[in-house]
Amino acid sequence: MMLGAEQLMIAAVSLMFFPIVAILCLTIVLASFGKSLGIRRTYVALLLRIFEFAGTKLAAHTTYEDESDSEDEDQEENPAESENGNGNGGHVIKRDFYLTVTRGLMRPEWEPFKKNFELSDICYFTKCGMEAIIEDDVTHRFNAGELASWNLLTRTNTGYQLTSARLTVLWCIGFLVRYCVLFPFRLILAAVAIIWLVVSTAFLGYFPPSPLKRSMYSRVSLMSFRIMARACSAVITFHNQENRVKNGICVANHTSPIDVFMLSCDNCYALVGQAHGGLLGLLQRALGRATSHVFFERSEVKDRHLVAQRLKEHVNDLDKLPILIFPEGTCINNTSVMMFKKGSFEVSTTIYPVAIKYDMRFGDAFWDSSKHGMVTHLFNIMTSWALVCDIWYLPPMQRQENEDAVQFANRVKREIAKQGGLVDLDWDGQLKRTQAKESWKQKPQEQYSNMLKVD
Amino acid sequence: MGTKSSMLLQEEEIEEIQRETGFSKNQIVRLFSRFTTLDKSNNGFLRREDFLRIPELAINPLGDRIVHSFFSESNDDTVNFRQFMRILARFRPVKKNSEKNKLNDRSEKLRFAFKMYDLDGDDLISRDELLAVLHMMVGANISEEQLGSIADRTIQEVDEDKDNKISLEEFVKAMAKVDVESKMSIRFLH
Repeated sequence: MMLGAEQLMIAAVSLMFFPIVAILCLTIVLASFGKSLGIRRTYVALLLRIFEFAGTKLAAHTTYEDESDSEDEDQEENPAESENGNGNGGHVIKRDFYLTVTRGLMRPEWEPFKKNFELSDICYFTKCGMEAIIEDDVTHRFNAGELASWNLLTRTNTGYQLTSARLTVLWCIGFLVRYCVLFPFRLILAAVAIIWLVVSTAFLGYFPPSPLKRSMYSRVSLMSFRIMARACSAVITFHNQENRVKNGICVANHTSPIDVFMLSCDNCYALVGQAHGGLLGLLQRALGRATSHVFFERSEVKDRHLVAQRLKEHVNDLDKLPILIFPEGTCINNTSVMMFKKGSFEVSTTIYPVAIKYDMRFGDAFWDSSKHGMVTHLFNIMTSWALVCDIWYLPPMQRQENEDAVQFANRVKREIAKQGGLVDLDWDGQLKRTQAKESWKQKPQEQYSNMLKVD
Repeated sequence: MGTKSSMLLQEEEIEEIQRETGFSKNQIVRLFSRFTTLDKSNNGFLRREDFLRIPELAINPLGDRIVHSFFSESNDDTVNFRQFMRILARFRPVKKNSEKNKLNDRSEKLRFAFKMYDLDGDDLISRDELLAVLHMMVGANISEEQLGSIADRTIQEVDEDKDNKISLEEFVKAMAKVDVESKMSIRFLH
C-alpha cells in the first residue's frame, strides 16, 4: 500500500511540475515586459468580497455582546456607531489639548492676554498629560496600523477566527492557500529575481560606464524588481507618471524596504544608505557594480558634510540615476508622515516628491524593526494576501527664496501627506528609538510664561 | 478589537474594574489595549520610563508629576492595570445622577490637583513646593524673585490658618469657583 501511495505521489507531482514551471515562466516573461494579465487585480477584488462577508459575520457577533453591558452614559456620542464594535475609528477619547514641540499647548482659549497665576492653572497641563497617556499621536505610529474590519489574518487580530464556524473554515482555507500554495510560488519567484539581479549586474559590472550600460541596467533592474513585485503579489497603481523623475532627488514616505522594490518597478533609482552585511549587503554590492549608488560605511554616516557632498556630486552628474531618499530616516506604519530631515533639502533646490500608500487590508507592509528582522519581514509579506499600493508622482517642488531647508522640507511633507491621505505630524521619527529631549519642554514653558502677569 | 498581547483580561476582572471605576466594558478593553501597548517589555506592569516614552508626555512641563501620581497608590515603582485604571477613573466626567462615593466626583478631582502640588505627600503645599511647580511650568522664562512673589501672593490669598502652607481644605475652598468638573475631566468615547 505504501508503494502504491508513493507511486501516486510521484506521478501527481510530475504532472503538476510542467504547469507550475509554465506559470512561473509566464510570470517572468510578463514581468520583463512590464505587462500583466490582470490576474492579481481579479484576485484582489475577490478578496475584498470575502472580507466583506467576514466583516458582516463579525459585526453580527459583537453587537450581541455589547448590548448586555449598557450603563447610563450620555448618548451625545453617536449611539449608531457602537453597533460596529468600535466605530470610533480606534479612539478612546476626544482630545481637548495637544502638546507639540513646535507649537506648545494647542488650546483655543489661550489667547495672548495676560492673567494672574491661579492654582487651577495646573489643570491644563495635567489634563493634557493624562489625555496623552490614554491616546497620543506618536506611540501607535510605530506599531502596525489598526484595521476597521478583520482581514482573515490572525496576525492582525487573534481570536476572531473562533467567532463562528464559517469564519474558522474560511480562515483555515485562507491559511492553507497562503502558506502552501502562494508562499512556495512566491519564494521561487523571489529567488529568481534575486539571482537574476546578482548575476546580470555581475556581468554588467565589466562594462565601462556608457549610455548603453545605463540602458541595459535599466532593463535588468526593471525586470528583476518586477519579478520581485510579483513575488509579493503586488498590485501597484501608479498615478501621474508624467511627473516621474529623470535626474535629481526623489523623496518618499517610508514604510519598509519594500518601498524600494515598488518604486523600482517603474523607474530606476540610485539608492542612498548604510552599507549592510548579509543578504541586503549582497544586493547592495550587486547594484553598486552596475551603476553608482551612494552607500556609506557606518562610520561615515555621522559625517553630515561628507554625506551632503557625495549627494551633491551625484545629483550634479546628469549621467547618473536620480537619487531616492527617505527623509523620515526610519520606517513608519503608513498612517502618517513624520518629520523630514533637512539634509536632502539642503543639497538640491528641486525635489520630486512621491507618496506611497499601502492598502492594509491585504497585508501589513510596515517593517517593525524592533520586532523582527528583514527576513521575517519578507516572510510576512510573502504569506499575506497581497500587497496593494498606490504610488503618486507629485509635480516637482522648488525651494522658494524666503524658505530655509526646514520650511521647504515641511512643505514637501505636507504635500506628500495630503496626496497619500496620511496624517502630517511634526514629530521626529527617531522617537521610535530615542527619548524625547528635555529641551523640547521649552516651547510650552515659554507659552505659559508669556501668559502670566508678573510684577 | 482584539489585542496581540500575551496577557488577557478576564471577565471577572473587567467586571470588578467596572464596579470600582465606572468605565464601560468597551472602554476598559480599549484602555487595556493601550496599557499593553505602553508595556513594551510585556511585564504586566508599567514603570516610569514606559510612561515617559510617550513623547507628548515627556515634553509636558508637569510630565514627571503626572507620572508620579500613578505611583502614589502602589508600594513599589510599578503600576499594574488596576492601579492604572483607578487613576484614570479620576478623570471620568461627572454625571448628574451618578452614585456618590465614586472615584470621579469633585472632591477626588480636587484631591488629584492638590497632589500635583504636594511634592512630599504630607498633605500640605509649602512655599517651596509651590515654587518648584511654578518653576516646572515656566522654565527659565521668569526670574526667581518674580516667581517668589507670585507664590507668596497665592499663599496669602488662600492660607486661612496662617501656617504659611496650603492644606487640602484651604485648597478646596480656593478652588470653589473653578469648574473643576470640566477642567479635570476627559471626554471618553464609548
